Amino acid sequence: MGFLDAVLGRRKPARPNLDSLFAVPSAAITVQAALDFVPTGRTAVAFRAPEGRAFADIEAEVRALLDAEGGPPVDLAEDGYGFDWIVVRTDPVDVAAAVTDAHAVNTSLVESGFGPQLLCALVSFRGPNDAPLALVYLFKAGTFYPFAPEQGAGQQRNNVLELQVRDLLQGELPIEKDLSRWFAVWDAPGL
Amino acid sequence: MARTRYGTDRGLTARMFGTLFGLGLMYVLLAAVLYAFGFSAIFILGISAALLFGQWWFSDTLSLKAMRAVEVTPEQAPQLHAVVDRLCAMADMPKPRVGIADSDAPNAFATGRSPNRSVVVVTTGLLRRLDRDELEGVLAHELSHVAHRDVTVMTVASFTAILAGFMVRSAMWGSMMRDRRDQNTALIFFAVMIVSVLVYFISYLLINALSRYRELGADRGAALLTGQPTALASALQKISGDMATIPTKDIRQMEAVSAFAFAPAVAGKREFTLEQWFSTHPPLEKRLAQLAKIAGELGQR
Repeated sequence: MGFLDAVLGRRKPARPNLDSLFAVPSAAITVQAALDFVPTGRTAVAFRAPEGRAFADIEAEVRALLDAEGGPPVDLAEDGYGFDWIVVRTDPVDVAAAVTDAHAVNTSLVESGFGPQLLCALVSFRGPNDAPLALVYLFKAGTFYPFAPEQGAGQQRNNVLELQVRDLLQGELPIEKDLSRWFAVWDAPGL
Repeated sequence: MARTRYGTDRGLTARMFGTLFGLGLMYVLLAAVLYAFGFSAIFILGISAALLFGQWWFSDTLSLKAMRAVEVTPEQAPQLHAVVDRLCAMADMPKPRVGIADSDAPNAFATGRSPNRSVVVVTTGLLRRLDRDELEGVLAHELSHVAHRDVTVMTVASFTAILAGFMVRSAMWGSMMRDRRDQNTALIFFAVMIVSVLVYFISYLLINALSRYRELGADRGAALLTGQPTALASALQKISGDMATIPTKDIRQMEAVSAFAFAPAVAGKREFTLEQWFSTHPPLEKRLAQLAKIAGELGQR
């Protein structure tokens, strides 16, 4: 944000950085090898759907595109904060394919001018005893952070596991250094 | 190349530029007067600068205290924090602290000297009245104020007014203390006072104009961040309209008044009113019109 923007009370919207997502498949292998957390093959993209006809049309096009390719099935869900989640499921588990499809969603949104609406993408894992874990990608910051909700404990996070994952992936993915930005995505679709 | 739906509002930028230019002019004028004022000017300059700096530096703590607001943790207000979290992630800005003020008047404000040291406060009345999307719109508006550094900009802008106000007072003191027979000095003091009053008045108008433009800028920023201009518009209507339109008195007691009041309250809105010039916020219609325009732009393919 430049000096002139501050003086004139305006701001350029943050642009999403899409390409870092492709580093996820190899990171997934690292997580599986070191912590025994297995990828579920689900990725989800969250965005704030703006009002108006234009976005509704584009959303429909994206879904049609993903369905028509004979690729993995796609679900659409809304969370409690008004954000839409497009969930890509691969079966058998194929992290690379899931990431490629998520990337296709992002690209279509960005190309039609809705890039600033993208919030985050999420790649989910299951650990021993079915413990959930997700790698969350912040589009605007271009960084990842782990999110591990504690099972059946209300809204508690397994911070020990999260920090373990951070240390493990430090060299492989750009990890968000500011811990206050590791916001929780409770009950996120695709988790 | 991806296209963007988020053009800047040229008209708003131009108006803001004009206002800032006017404020700059006031600085120059004031500097000339200070020069004529001589030695004691440095003293006045020092005091007003220190005062304003303190106000700016401690703006977050001062405002929290003044509004009797308390800072809340994510555990105390998970919903509110989650909305702020998401907005900050979308805008890629540091998360401000969040506070709640126990007041039934629906209102919100943001303050703090820098985006890293800011706090966003909402009243309990606001939380009660607005739904999820409207609350998100209001929070996005406040976060836009933070991102635009409005506290800093308005502090710098208001310096002329504060300085001029000080000078009027000290010129008055000066002319009273001095020897009456010295015609020349009395004349200088009188001139300083007149110019200071003038500067004070013009700066005041300019600062309010700037504040109105900053509000429009924040509305615009909020609408583009959430993509929901209509939700913000409805929040504005609830906040601005509520207190004015919902009667608190029993209708049977008001008959005599309401027979006259209804029509004038609706008519005459297009007229030029002095009130507009002295207000820190733009009129509701103007804000709603801007949001409607953004909604139209978002709908275009």
